[in-house]
Amino acid sequence: MSRLLSRLRATYGDDVLGLMAFLLLAVVGFSLATPKFLSAANFDSMAFQLPVLGLLTLAMLAPIISGGLNLAIIFTANISGLTLAAILNYYGGVDAPFWAFLVGTGAALLVGAFFGFLMGVVIAYVGAHPILVSLAMMIFLRGLGEFLTRGGDISGFPDYLKPIGHGFILGVPVPLIIFAVVAFAMHVLLSHTRHGFSVYMIGSNIDATRYSGVHTQRTLTLIYTISGLLCAIAGILMLTRFNSVRVGHGEALLLVTVLACFLGGVDPFGGFGRVVPVVLALVILQVLSSGLNLLGANQHLSTAVWGLFLIAVMILRFVAGRVRERFEKRRN
Amino acid sequence: MALDTPGAALTPAISFRHVSKVFGGVHALDDVDFEVMPGEVHCLAGENGCGKSTLIKIITGVYTPELGVEMAFFGRRVASVTPNIARQNGIAVIWQDLALFPEMSVAENIAFETLLGNLPRLVSYRSLRARSAAILETLGEDIDLDARLNTLPIAQRQIVAIARALISDAKLIFMDEPTASLTQSETDSLLGVVRKLAARGVSVVFVSHRLAEVLDIADRVTVLRDGKLVGVFEAEGMTQSRLTELMTGKTFGAEVAARDMTGAPAVLEVEGLSRHGEFEDVSLTVHKGEVVGLTGLIGAGRSELGHALFGMTRPDTGAIRLLGRALHLRSNRDAVAEGIAYVSEDRLSLGLVQPQAIADNIVLPILSRISRRTGLISPTEKAGRVEHWLRELSIKAGQPGDPVSTLSGGNQQRVVLAKWLATNPRVLILDSPTVGVDVGARAGIFRIIRVLAEKGLAILMISDEVPEVYFNADRVLHMAGGRIRGEYDPRKVTLKELEAAVYG
Repeated sequence: MSRLLSRLRATYGDDVLGLMAFLLLAVVGFSLATPKFLSAANFDSMAFQLPVLGLLTLAMLAPIISGGLNLAIIFTANISGLTLAAILNYYGGVDAPFWAFLVGTGAALLVGAFFGFLMGVVIAYVGAHPILVSLAMMIFLRGLGEFLTRGGDISGFPDYLKPIGHGFILGVPVPLIIFAVVAFAMHVLLSHTRHGFSVYMIGSNIDATRYSGVHTQRTLTLIYTISGLLCAIAGILMLTRFNSVRVGHGEALLLVTVLACFLGGVDPFGGFGRVVPVVLALVILQVLSSGLNLLGANQHLSTAVWGLFLIAVMILRFVAGRVRERFEKRRN
Repeated sequence: MALDTPGAALTPAISFRHVSKVFGGVHALDDVDFEVMPGEVHCLAGENGCGKSTLIKIITGVYTPELGVEMAFFGRRVASVTPNIARQNGIAVIWQDLALFPEMSVAENIAFETLLGNLPRLVSYRSLRARSAAILETLGEDIDLDARLNTLPIAQRQIVAIARALISDAKLIFMDEPTASLTQSETDSLLGVVRKLAARGVSVVFVSHRLAEVLDIADRVTVLRDGKLVGVFEAEGMTQSRLTELMTGKTFGAEVAARDMTGAPAVLEVEGLSRHGEFEDVSLTVHKGEVVGLTGLIGAGRSELGHALFGMTRPDTGAIRLLGRALHLRSNRDAVAEGIAYVSEDRLSLGLVQPQAIADNIVLPILSRISRRTGLISPTEKAGRVEHWLRELSIKAGQPGDPVSTLSGGNQQRVVLAKWLATNPRVLILDSPTVGVDVGARAGIFRIIRVLAEKGLAILMISDEVPEVYFNADRVLHMAGGRIRGEYDPRKVTLKELEAAVYG
């Protein structure tokens, strides 16, 4: 048993195991509390809700690892969704042909990547702080979006979009498949490519990284471009899920994405953080919120529980660090 | 040991006897005696890990020593020391990072402790300024009281830290590597301040790697090695090499290693290189297998020249040629691609990514070479290179995955060398290669440099320590005021002559 544990620790790391234990605890707790928790309906509903937050969190992840932040994720997603909606509307709204969707999707991805690229260029070449740049971009995009939509909704999309937001492939919800593919791609990008390697190094010390011959400006630009691209995917998924686009949709998720990153063990000061624990953290947040919902708790209460949970995790990490220190001291 | 110091007849300011400290079964300190007289400048010498900081922390009440210790401040025995007791007895420490408040003014920094109180009360900025000004005046220093601390050069921040200690009536000040980031003239003026303190009866305990200044300023030297007391020595009559032997327990033969390599093909040629305000009309040649030493005071433009050769800055005029081909470096990436490597003098913030793994630091400059065509990094290729260089430079590391910051200065410098050697360079520029490296570990670094030169690498070694270039370079260039002032062959001049030329 202990050998199995140490092998698991070596493969996945302490952070992942700790989160797994938390997840198990939450799942067992909720299934004892209500029989509805372990039902297929509940799993489907969680699987449909998770991906939007998940994609936005992945968009937040690499900027944080690089020592920055992207506060513009929600409005980048909204603007990308708007782009798709506008193109669909232009070609007939409900009756828009499928190629219009393809063109719109391409345009939406381009728009998201473009605004990310713009932020990246300013951060990398001007040297402005990411918080300021992305805050400015967030306000700009919100203003632009509200100006273009006059604060209203755009809705009325063709029926063939429904399966993307609500359908199944081989019994798996389509949004979950999209999220899984993107999460895997981000995992490979961050953990196994030159770009990812440089992201971690930049997060710890950008000057030393530049002195080592890494093109830090290009890397930073790419980080925010990819972040914008992920926002666009989230924006398209939001459109198909809610069958409408409004600027400000999902605004409350902004800080939740930061919370999910820190819950997943990402270092707030940059340099460290991995996709797998962050995804686990997302699942835990979803389980907490769905479970409380099934128990009849108020939606706002589950938000409060998320916050408490993060505080609890911080304290536990602190205690675990202390215990480990003691343990190692004694072993010496 | 006979004491001829001025305070010998008095009671010691501090007297700690039979100090031991055990961490997890390891003796960090083993029955050490330490005594400082009032008004004495005392140097605490020893390699990293010899127990210097542990001793300071025991005297200032941070650590509790093992039983059997005898402690006294100004002749009064105490049973135990807490940080408060130490402060009440006038013991102050100025750590290397100074622990000041960068965003606050000079006056606020100096009078900081008088601002602390349990109850809220109004702060009289006028009396605060007056007291700060008075203290600075006794030190003979003129610093703008309203300047924000982070706008001051490091040397003036040191003075502020000293003033802060004095305002709370410090009678004994520990200074931890106070000159590590100072230029020669700043160091001289700091040493002047230390002498003033001593004249006023304040004792100063100096912890420094720079043996020359230690011997220049100190009355006595206490040497520690591996947690044990080697002895207490008069600074008068002590030599650097003797002190090195005492600290390391080894003898180092200081022999000029110079060979004539000017017959070998030229690898790096610099002609008439200028950059406004940094260096002017610099011409030099480094041949295959040659170690060229470039020395001069800080501010002479040596490091700036190094930066330009590494493509970090662009020279205004002049040419850089590599194997006869003119280079136009737009960034350091071009320089790396051409086979120029640069070991920065600032290992902490520019040389290594301290929090990241040893292995990752080694492969950082060669990411493209360990990647497959898809852009994916090959784990086997990476592990192979890391293992090769750890072995080649005999780097003592726990695990390649451990953070670089866990290594000693000497081993960190080997990691820096490893990462640049991994790029397979033709030219290696070393900027102050032994900064923050223990005396004992320095010899190892120079041995590596020698082996690299023998393998045909062209090496430009920048250093402000004249003996370093004198003993380890094949030719020595002297730089001052941004220009090359002279060229010396270590086999034809004495160290004294060279030092006179550089410092004179």
